[in-house]
Order: sequence, then C-alpha cells, then structure tokens
Amino acid sequence: MEPVDIGLWGVPLAILGGAIRVSTPFIFVSLGETITERSGRINLGLEGILVFGAMAAYAIAVMTGSPWLGVLGAAGTGAVFGLFHGWICKFPKVNDIAIGIALMLFGSGLAFFFGKPFIQPSAPDLPAISLGWWSDIPQVQAALSVNVLFLIGAALAFALWWAFRHTRAGLIVRVVGDSSDAARAMGLNPDTVRLLATAVGGAFAAVGGAYLSLYYPGSWNEGISSGQGLMAVALVIFARWNPLGCFAAALLFGGAGALGPALQSVGVTQGYYLFYAAPYILTLAIMVATSSPGRSLAGAPGELSITK
Amino acid sequence: MAKPLMINRRRFLQTTAMGAALGVAGTSLPLRRAFAADLTIGFIYVGPKDDYGYNQAHAEGAATLKAMEGVTLVEEENVPETVDVQKTMESMINLDGARLLFPTSFGYFDPHMLAMAAKFPEVQFRHCGGLWTEGKHPKNTGSYFGYIGQGQYLNGIAAGHATKSKKIGFVAAKPIPQVLQNVNSFLLGARSVDPAITCQVIFTGEWSLAVKEAEATNALIDQGVDVVTCHVDSPKVVVETAAGRGAYVCGYHANQAPLAPEKYLTGAEWNWANVYKMYVTKLMAGETLPNFTRGGLSDGFVKMSALGPAVGEAARKQFEGTLAEIMKGGFAVFKGPLKDNKGNVVATAGQSFVETAIELESMGYLVEGVLGSTS
Repeated sequence: MEPVDIGLWGVPLAILGGAIRVSTPFIFVSLGETITERSGRINLGLEGILVFGAMAAYAIAVMTGSPWLGVLGAAGTGAVFGLFHGWICKFPKVNDIAIGIALMLFGSGLAFFFGKPFIQPSAPDLPAISLGWWSDIPQVQAALSVNVLFLIGAALAFALWWAFRHTRAGLIVRVVGDSSDAARAMGLNPDTVRLLATAVGGAFAAVGGAYLSLYYPGSWNEGISSGQGLMAVALVIFARWNPLGCFAAALLFGGAGALGPALQSVGVTQGYYLFYAAPYILTLAIMVATSSPGRSLAGAPGELSITK
Repeated sequence: MAKPLMINRRRFLQTTAMGAALGVAGTSLPLRRAFAADLTIGFIYVGPKDDYGYNQAHAEGAATLKAMEGVTLVEEENVPETVDVQKTMESMINLDGARLLFPTSFGYFDPHMLAMAAKFPEVQFRHCGGLWTEGKHPKNTGSYFGYIGQGQYLNGIAAGHATKSKKIGFVAAKPIPQVLQNVNSFLLGARSVDPAITCQVIFTGEWSLAVKEAEATNALIDQGVDVVTCHVDSPKVVVETAAGRGAYVCGYHANQAPLAPEKYLTGAEWNWANVYKMYVTKLMAGETLPNFTRGGLSDGFVKMSALGPAVGEAARKQFEGTLAEIMKGGFAVFKGPLKDNKGNVVATAGQSFVETAIELESMGYLVEGVLGSTS
C-alpha cells in the first residue's frame, strides 16, 4: 500500500500511536506498584524487576519459540523478586526503600549477567490486533495496531479500580495499607498481605518488561529500559494510588514521549531537547497544580513509610 | 549463634596483610614483565559488545588480536562515559598490566582519557573518534577514526535508487561532527541519483535509547520516508522497526543484513581489525605509535555490506562505479557549490573537501536538502 502524505496530522497521530505503543510498560509497572503501595509498602526495585523481566521473557521466547511462554516466565520471575522484597521487609526495622534500591541494582545486574547470550538472537514478537481496519491510510493502521498486552493492561486498570472498592481482597489490601493495627484487630496478618501484594506487583512489572523486549521496541539489550520502571513508580504518586489514574498517566506519558520525534519529522526541529523533556515538564506542572498546602498527598495509604 | 561470623583481630590483620601483599605483587609484577615479549591490551566499550553496532565492530576488531603471539586482551563492556571509565582504565593498568588502552567511545576522550594519560605517561592510549591535536594533547595519547562518511555516501546511492517517495530518513543520536557528516553524506549520495531527494533527520539525543529510536523510525515512516539509515550505537531497533513497517534500510557500524534480509540494501561497516593489528605490531616491534590515524574504504578501515536482493541493476552499477572511484583515493563527497540548509555557503564552486580534509572533522552544519536542525 502506498503511503499517503499526512503532513501535520502526523503529530496527533504520533501522539496517539505513541500513547498506545509506549505506555504499556508504564501501565503494568504503575498498576503493580499501586497494589504494593496500597498494602503499605514501597518497592522501588521495580526498575530492576522490569529489566529482569524483559531479559527473562526474551530468553524464554528465544529458547521455546513462544512469546506467551516468555510473558508467563517473566511474570514468574517478577513474583519471585517481589516475594524476596516482601520477605526481607518483614523483618523489623528494615527500610523498604533501601531494599528496593538494592533490588533495582541486583535485578539489573542479574539481567545483564544472564542476558549476555541473548542480545544477538531474534525472538518471536507478541501478536498485535489491528484496530485500524476502517481506514485505508497505512499510517493510521500502523498507529492503531494494538498489542494484546496493552488491552490486558487497560482491562486490569478497570478491574483493579473496581476490585479495590468492591471486593473483599481489595478491602483487605486497603485496610492493611491504611492501618496495621486495624488490620490486626480484624485478624489479618499485615506481613502476609504485603508479601503477596509485593509479589503481585513484581509480576506486573516483569510483564511490563516483557512488553519492551517482545513487542516494542522488541529486542533485548542492556539499555532497553532507560529508567521507565522508576518513572512508573513516580507515576503512582502522580496518579494518587488510583488504578484508573495510573492508566491515564501512562497514556499521557507515552503520548508526550512521542512528541519529540514527531515534531522533528514534520519540520519543527529547533529545540528538540526541550520537547524530549515534555513528559517530565508535564508531570511537574500537574504535580504543582494539584498539590495544596491544606491536604498533602490525598489518597496516600497511611502505612507508607514516606507518609508515616 | 553468630560465632562463624566473628573474626578476631589477629586473623583480620593476617588476611588484610596478605591481601595487600598480593595487591602489591599484582600491580608490580605484570608491569615489569610486560616489557618482555608479551603485551596486555585493554579495550573499553560503552555498551554490550554484541550489539549489532558500534561496540560489536570494535569487539570484532579486538578479537582478531587474540590470534597474535604474546598478546593478552582485557575487555570491559558497559562502561559509562563518566569517572567510571577512569577507574576502569586505572584497574586495567594497575591490576592487568595493560600497556596499550583503547577507550572506544566518543565521550571517553576528554577529560577521562587525558587525565589517565597524564597520570600514566608510560602507557599508550589510543581513542576512537577524538580529534588529537599536536601540542595540545599528551604524546602518549592519540586518536584513530575512519572516513565512514564515504560509506554513508554509498548507502545514499543505494537509497536514492530504492526510494519511491523521494524522501529518505536518518535516525541520529547527537549532532556532533561525525554524525552530521554521515547525515550529509547520505543525502549527497542520494542526490547524486536524483537531486530532488530530501533527507529527514531525527535526533534522539542519546547513543542508545531503544524506545525513542523506534518512535523516531515510526515518525519518519509516517511522513512518507521509505529508506532509513541511522547513526546510533545499536542499529538493531531501527533496522527491525523500519523493515517491519515495510521501508528499506541501510546499515551502519556492522552488518545488520540478518535482521532484515529482504529490506537491507547495503551498509557502512567498520573494519577495525587492520587498525588494531597495525598498532600492536608497531608496539611489539618497539616502534613509536602514530598519534593521528585516519583511513577510509581504500585503507581498509571501512567496508561495505554485500548488496541486498532489493538493489536493482542501475543502482548496482552506480554503486560499484563510485566504490571503484573511492578506492583510488582522494574522493570528495563534499564539493562546491554547496550550501547548508540555512542558506549559508559552505563550499564555493570549485572548492572540494577530500576525505582527509581536517575541516570535515569539525562539521557543524546540515547541507541543503536535509530537513532538520542541529540544536
């Protein structure tokens, strides 16, 4: 099919396409971190888990030929890392932030170590669903070729939002996150709940990594993440611990990230370093606009070590 | 319970003394021995050495040294362009006894390599891509580089024949002279086929940013670009993304044909083995090493990937004709009249810069026909 000259329409199209293509790792990592933080723990190690997940998914996909096995395997390794974090933090006077930073370095280092032989081979990609069938413009079709993981991520965001409000499991996580004493009075063991919440969070983050290495950009190398896991953890605060907020923030971040290349491609070439900073400027602006001296960090779980 | 972990003072002193003694022996012995027949050489890479790109090209060159008698190779990957590289160099010198170091990444040169060269005057340092200047930089340092712009010019010829939309694209990392020269050469090569061709450049701002490189490639193709090349450390993502969208690709740094066998036209590859062998042979023979080494296709510093199946007969003919011309030496990609894309004259009629022209190494402009800006 011949490409059509779309001119300046390329910019909104790139933002839309970027929001869909780039946001998925942010969605998974921030949803995972929301679960963990709602239970009263911070896991800063998700960046390391993301990188390890990307490596594990790629390696498994190369060896078995099945990208879905890769995603499952990555989720498994992420859960193990999460359990590790949760288990250490169970001990008294352990600082979860420090453990998280250690885990971030450990996960990345381990991924680099095991990932060496997998930089060269090509793994099978995850399938994409074409939602652009209604248009005959190839650019629109390319922008709307949506990966299954993105759809799963979107569904998970809604499911979690509903589950936190309307299910017993959601209530348990919230109670543990807001007050350990209240949870104990209800007969719950906060440590067990947090252990599981961190494990689930780790599994989510690793799936985000699998998306990076198996779909977009679709290859494993040591610079694959460039700090996306850390940004996603920050997005959780930005989204006020709300799964739907995480989804929206991830879309915003993906779209804003596509702005720099798209503007250069249509001829706005001056100051591209500034456009590349767009997502961060946007985050700062919204944080400043929504914060107030009266009610700081609305929605923050009461047991978080940063708010206690 | 904590008994096994307890270390008494005497034990502690014994082990640390032993460690220190070993450390001293480790630093002094190889250095003294290194002046005999054998030679330890250190290679430092900014990324993984199997990245289908810049680092792989260097590592392939380094690997050929292993076959040489009396040569020991020490390598370290993923060393950032920060004070980390100074630590790496220091440990290669002190612990491994390296006498010749190749810090291969652009940002290693100033201040890191220069600082180490001042500290270890007996060790030789050769940097890839830096502009070594007589009188300004120490005698035990130097730089080597290849005129790979010629390769991008040939890439441009293949691209000029392959493009239907008359738009070709370039994913570039940073607007430094080497990159700008490649962008300009790529367009000039294509314009030697059809002067109506334009080249859209997108700068990502970093040597290795997989997601941004993929976004840049998609943005180019959305604007109708149908041949893409790049100058980033690992072209793998650009090549796979472009071929996935149905565009043709020209390679860079190393051979990426296996990643897109149908869409790969040709590629400009480094051929560092000759350069590294030259340095090592000279050093082992006790000769002084050159401080400033440059070479192009005709010197065997650069080579081209084999032409892909999508290259037509006319393209093949012009490609091979120009290649033969370049192999004679003295070929000028940049010749007047030539303007930059802001309208300033960069070469007057009759003026030409042959590959060896030192002006080309401080290039700060994009030529007319390149859509993009350097800042």
